[in-house]
Amino acid sequence: MNQADMSDRNPFEYAPAPESRAIVDIKSSYGLFINGEWVEAGQSFKTVSPSTEEVLAEVSDAGEAEVGAAVKAARRAYVRTWSKLAGRDRAKYLYRIARIVAERSREFAVLESLDNGKPIRESRDVDLPLVSAWFFYYAGWADKLEYARADPRALGVAAQIIPWNFPLLMLAWKIAPALAAGNTVVLKPAETTPLTALLFAEVCQQADLPPGVVNIITGAGQTGRALVEHPDVDKIAFTGSTDVGRSIAKAVAGTDKRVTLELGGKAANIVFDDAPVDQAVEGIVNGIFFNQGHVCCAGSRLLVQENVAEEVLARLKRRMGTLRVGDPLDKNTDIGAINSAEQLDRITQLAAVGDAEGAQRWSPPCELPDRGFWFAPTLFTGVTQAHRIAREEIFGPVLSVLTFRTPTEAVEKANNTPYGLSAGVWTDKGSRILWVADQLRAGVVWANTFNKFDPGSPFGGYKESGYGREGGKHGLEAYLR
Amino acid sequence: MSTTFQADDVTASEASLRRFLAGLPGVDQVGVEARAATLSTRSIKTTAKAYALDLAIRMVDLTTLEGQDTAGKVRALASKAIRPDPADPTCPSAATVCVYPDMVDTAVRTLRGSGVGVASVATAFPSGRAALDIKLADTADAVEAGASEIDMVIDRGAFLTGRYQAVHDEIVAIKNACARPDGTHAHLKVILETGELQTYDNVRRASWLAMVAGADFIKTSTGKVQPAATLPVTLVMLEAVRDFREQTGTMIGVKPAGGIRTAKDAIRYLVMVNEVAGPDWLDPQWFRFGASTLLNDLLMQRSRMRTRVYAGPDYFTLD
Repeated sequence: MNQADMSDRNPFEYAPAPESRAIVDIKSSYGLFINGEWVEAGQSFKTVSPSTEEVLAEVSDAGEAEVGAAVKAARRAYVRTWSKLAGRDRAKYLYRIARIVAERSREFAVLESLDNGKPIRESRDVDLPLVSAWFFYYAGWADKLEYARADPRALGVAAQIIPWNFPLLMLAWKIAPALAAGNTVVLKPAETTPLTALLFAEVCQQADLPPGVVNIITGAGQTGRALVEHPDVDKIAFTGSTDVGRSIAKAVAGTDKRVTLELGGKAANIVFDDAPVDQAVEGIVNGIFFNQGHVCCAGSRLLVQENVAEEVLARLKRRMGTLRVGDPLDKNTDIGAINSAEQLDRITQLAAVGDAEGAQRWSPPCELPDRGFWFAPTLFTGVTQAHRIAREEIFGPVLSVLTFRTPTEAVEKANNTPYGLSAGVWTDKGSRILWVADQLRAGVVWANTFNKFDPGSPFGGYKESGYGREGGKHGLEAYLR
Repeated sequence: MSTTFQADDVTASEASLRRFLAGLPGVDQVGVEARAATLSTRSIKTTAKAYALDLAIRMVDLTTLEGQDTAGKVRALASKAIRPDPADPTCPSAATVCVYPDMVDTAVRTLRGSGVGVASVATAFPSGRAALDIKLADTADAVEAGASEIDMVIDRGAFLTGRYQAVHDEIVAIKNACARPDGTHAHLKVILETGELQTYDNVRRASWLAMVAGADFIKTSTGKVQPAATLPVTLVMLEAVRDFREQTGTMIGVKPAGGIRTAKDAIRYLVMVNEVAGPDWLDPQWFRFGASTLLNDLLMQRSRMRTRVYAGPDYFTLD
């Protein structure tokens, strides 16, 4: 590692290259989007930019009455208009939404980076292209549902609760298939990242979507609970933590509500000794540091074959030294801010547990901004299956490194987790990819890549990572009876 | 994938050389192209851009390799290499002028005392289809005429049929022919012609083969075969020189050549040098651009940064 000090005296220091905020018009306060109109609620809360702690806007806190009004609007829209439309007519709206989102993508990307803290490079190059791709993809299904299953019928009103890690993308994953299948929706974005969903409400107006087909209500856990427990909801789609998922499953037990849950993960990223090593290192970095590690399918457990562990780690550390942490709106930023003070506390605590349990912590030298919520990219070596940092979802830029000796041991360790959302395999040997993928109990297995998404490909988990699939033809199943 | 490097063991026989090259870690095409694409989204502005433009100018091997080259053309190009922007004395010179062997003498005379070097292609450039003694004579001729650098081509036919020893020995022989009577030697750039090698695995193996054989620089292309230099190919070569230094302590230069026409492209390459090989390579001693039209775009962007307006193409010399 004779280049370890390469951050010193580099003459090619990139000057700040901030994306302009001027393209987004953030209002000082937002109501709830119910029945195609903006409705004020009595209570409100603030949403802040996690990179600066600046208050971006006041957002309404929906109580039971507002939740009831939103469900009622969704029911009325379902009965009176949406369920009566032919698939090709629903498709027209979805295509329109897809095009408007694509046209306004820079605006959405800037707003997403402000409210969420993720780097503009990712919101611009990953989140937004996928959002419009999702709407385009499901628009294509709307008039072809009978090819997905016999006698396809919509469920009715879908209650959708989404997390803060990919706010607009998770909205698209939920709303696009629901509308294509003929349902109407009430969607609740996470309380720390409501702004892009509220901007999306404007897109629904711009697309002339009939009132009540999409309702967006903001609030925290109480709002979500009221929505889940509302008797006139036919379907609940939730993405978030396993704890909340479990309480939703309890709440709907004994009702005829359909449920799909997309929960946590602790994915193994398995690197064999014949892997294309430089690309594997990229894949490890992308697996755990993409979106600050706020990814349910993050490759948070690196399983590396023992005979190459030293070399892979040396290369990984060198690569981590070139990651640029800072202003999410700077176009050269690789790692942005942690989404909230609460999440930062959780990451900090679990990392401290790693220290206490005897794992070795390493981070590249990097200056973190004074204000806002930040955590340096971190890896722990000397981790075993018995460590909490190898078992619990950290949901931050923290990688646990474990080793294995044989393919069988790799698979055993990879599967030895209560989760089963995703996994990665790195090897130049095609037969080994197929064998390992076949053995892994994970919803998605990436081979020689990681964190790649496509609307045509189903996504979802085994075990405590939830049930149901989103994306592809499988994703329609969750919204049809 | 771990290779503890012992040059003598590696080159002991055809079999050992083959084993060594086959044992290099593979390159995943999708991954390396994605990494290059991500790096090209870096946004280089203001002070960083000014630094990059000047550095890129200093890294240009200003090239003319045409059947129609004349002494007049070479003299004009050499003058341009010394003073790329006559209107601006702060503009740095290019690294070298790159010509065919018969033009070396003319270039050397024009450039004497300027600090700008003379690079000559040799070894039956661009195809390399000639007997070894002819390639050696070609090289010796250019060195004798005063070339400071020799850009040789490898025998791609031998490489693609797996005769690695032949490729290796030829590079060693050319390197010997680069020696001058005073004990110094002309710097040897080894052109892999990556457009003919086609796969990234081949690019990595050919890079190592050239480095083991004593190349001072590894160079992508002749500029006569498409595709010439690309970002992912250069990325693989930058990884190779980085790894080679780690294992041997020896630094090798990299030169993408052909197809790099805009300042924007050049800056993308510099970002890749910075983030893949490391900032030590951000120097004309270790990184070059083989180009002709690139220089004027660099000059145009440079003057744009100073004056805040774009000057028309007629304000930059056509040589």
